[in-house]
Amino acid sequence: MHAPTSTFPQRVSIAIHDKRLQAALDHASGGFVTKRAAQVAALPEFEALRERARSVKEHVLAHLDTYLLRYEEQVTRQGGHVHWASTAEEAREIVLGICRKVNAKTVTKGKSMVSEEIGLNDALEAAGCEVIETDLGEYIIQLAHEPPSHIIVPAVHKTRAQVGDLFDEHHRPLGYTKHLTEVSEMVNEARQVLRGHYFRADVGITGGNFLIAETGSSIIVTNEGNGDLTQTLARVHIVTSGIERVVPTLDDAVTFLRLLARSATGQETETYTTVSTGPRRAGDLDGPQEYHVVLVDNGRSKMLGGPFREMLRCIRCGACLNHCPVYTSIGGHAYGWVYPGPMGSVLTPLINGIDKAYDLPNACTLNGRCQTVCPVKIPLPGLLRELRRQQFEGGLTPAPIRFGLKAWAFLARRPRLYHFKMRIGIALLSRFARGRAALTWLPLAGGWTDTRDLPAPQGRTFQQAWSARKGARP
Amino acid sequence: MRVGLFVTCLADLMRPSVAFAAVKLLEDAGCTVEVPAGQTCCGQPALNSGDNADTRAIAKRVIDAFEGFDYVVGPSGSCMGTLRHDYPALFADEHGWRARAEHLARRSHELFSFLVDVLKVDRVEARYDGTVTYHDSCAGLREMGVRDQPRRLLASVQGLELVEMRGTEECCGFGGTFCIKYPEISTKMVDDKIAHIEASGAGTVLGGDLGCLLNIAGRIRRRGLPVRVIHTAELLAGMGAQPSIGEAVSPPGRPDVTAPSRGADFGGALRAERKP
Repeated sequence: MHAPTSTFPQRVSIAIHDKRLQAALDHASGGFVTKRAAQVAALPEFEALRERARSVKEHVLAHLDTYLLRYEEQVTRQGGHVHWASTAEEAREIVLGICRKVNAKTVTKGKSMVSEEIGLNDALEAAGCEVIETDLGEYIIQLAHEPPSHIIVPAVHKTRAQVGDLFDEHHRPLGYTKHLTEVSEMVNEARQVLRGHYFRADVGITGGNFLIAETGSSIIVTNEGNGDLTQTLARVHIVTSGIERVVPTLDDAVTFLRLLARSATGQETETYTTVSTGPRRAGDLDGPQEYHVVLVDNGRSKMLGGPFREMLRCIRCGACLNHCPVYTSIGGHAYGWVYPGPMGSVLTPLINGIDKAYDLPNACTLNGRCQTVCPVKIPLPGLLRELRRQQFEGGLTPAPIRFGLKAWAFLARRPRLYHFKMRIGIALLSRFARGRAALTWLPLAGGWTDTRDLPAPQGRTFQQAWSARKGARP
Repeated sequence: MRVGLFVTCLADLMRPSVAFAAVKLLEDAGCTVEVPAGQTCCGQPALNSGDNADTRAIAKRVIDAFEGFDYVVGPSGSCMGTLRHDYPALFADEHGWRARAEHLARRSHELFSFLVDVLKVDRVEARYDGTVTYHDSCAGLREMGVRDQPRRLLASVQGLELVEMRGTEECCGFGGTFCIKYPEISTKMVDDKIAHIEASGAGTVLGGDLGCLLNIAGRIRRRGLPVRVIHTAELLAGMGAQPSIGEAVSPPGRPDVTAPSRGADFGGALRAERKP
């Protein structure tokens, strides 16, 4: 959980001028949007599934305590252990405690956004563990020492050429000397390198896409099978998951699974969907000797009773990122923390403090596309506006914006005065334009005129011209 | 049928011909159109900045101003979306005002959806010689369900060919105060939009929200591209030949045969045109 040292506008500027990033974003986002649209078109009940998913999540959130306790009971019955972490720090301590107890040297990890949220890798490395990310995207950014820039495609900001260079640097010492240019070759080489780690791993850490209250199971979905190897070959399996990821039954999970892959990557289903229930039982051929679940709150229960409850429906599919014109313009790193895009712009201020991420709720046009593709119908624009309200009422909105708004609103509430002032203003602006069709510069309007002309007003205000027309009419 | 025209602040100040076009379309469809002087703006700049108290104060003026009309219609999906969806929510805790806001919301319509869905208009008398493409403004599309209505009306315009650009439903980067607060992101977005417009081969881009159109036209002008930008209402009202948004009356060095000048005083032009 690093606090970024640069400001949001600085990061935006860097991102927009980064040609390689822009090429990577163009390449990826277009593909996801097209593939998702094709999947949705091919599934007549897609809208009905969205509504069902929304209502299941709402039901769970209304009875979250009940389902979490039921889940804990079932995990325990299967021989596993549930740990409750109210903060990121507690969550790290719990995981470190388990690792210390089993004297872990090597930790393999499947992709887990919660582990990013709680800053787990740094903590494990500081404690002397070797940490190996096994999801290809996570593996790439681990080699590059970068945070993920997308919640399901962590290395989406990297071009194929950049990955080839990274593999040269890190795999040469291991005896892989060929420079790779094809994706399939890179996948194969990463697989060969990772294979050994799975068998050496003492602890395997995964996320949990869904936790099943009925059976005490956790479900993960991957496209590489790395999650299965991470959780079945290590001596100890630790699941890190947010408390909101519990669903009542396996049947309910299927509703979400049908939505998840289609919304996320535009696949009908992910290649691997893995259900794990407790540690290895007598007679099992494989599986971990210990099974732990760390349930992370980290601000979630505070959201439960307030105006942001609906955000807890999020299943982390990333559709809102893929369809966000801001995200696809600036990439994930500009957002400054692990959750980017619309869902990140809601979650980051809620988890880290609304005073810590002023720009995120504001850097949005409220175009609403995210809400229309969200598989659980989260009203993201409305939540962003609610954050803006809290910022405004909490005095966090910068003074020039506040004063400008107040002055404008003072007039807008007083129609007669407003129309009088606007008539004068437009007359002045027209005179300033002196017959030109557009202004290339206007005092205090640099935000507009640095890159755009300001079309000149047509001359009079409509209200003025309308009065004249009414007067001229018989 | 008494219709109160919600002018929208941008049309009032920057391009009154959009509001005159709306009046013409509504009157042609048989409406009696009035323009309450008690309106200013829907309040979105305050609402989207988190200033709900000022938004409520402005909304109360709008509710007062449009009391008694059968319908309230405006040439903007964004402003009308605010009246339709946001006003009732703003007064959730103020009983009397909540009922009045809901009453206003039920009567509020975006211009094209009102013409087509409510008045069942399916054609207009207008001519425009050229290829056009249509930008779906976000609030119109997603809050007010405006998509087929303007296209249906455009199909009846003589001489006009509509070509769809890629990503017609993608935001142009205006976003109200967003475009001034985050100009770099906004400019990137409008450049993406303009790339789609150019790729379509259309000589004119249309839209239903003046905010988007000022943004697109402003960037097109800065880049010196030969694409005209017009509000769809203007074209449908037969006012498509007047200087487009940000376009000079007679562009220096480029004789424009598609856009014969009718003078900048659209109000006068409209009055002249309306004489029998």
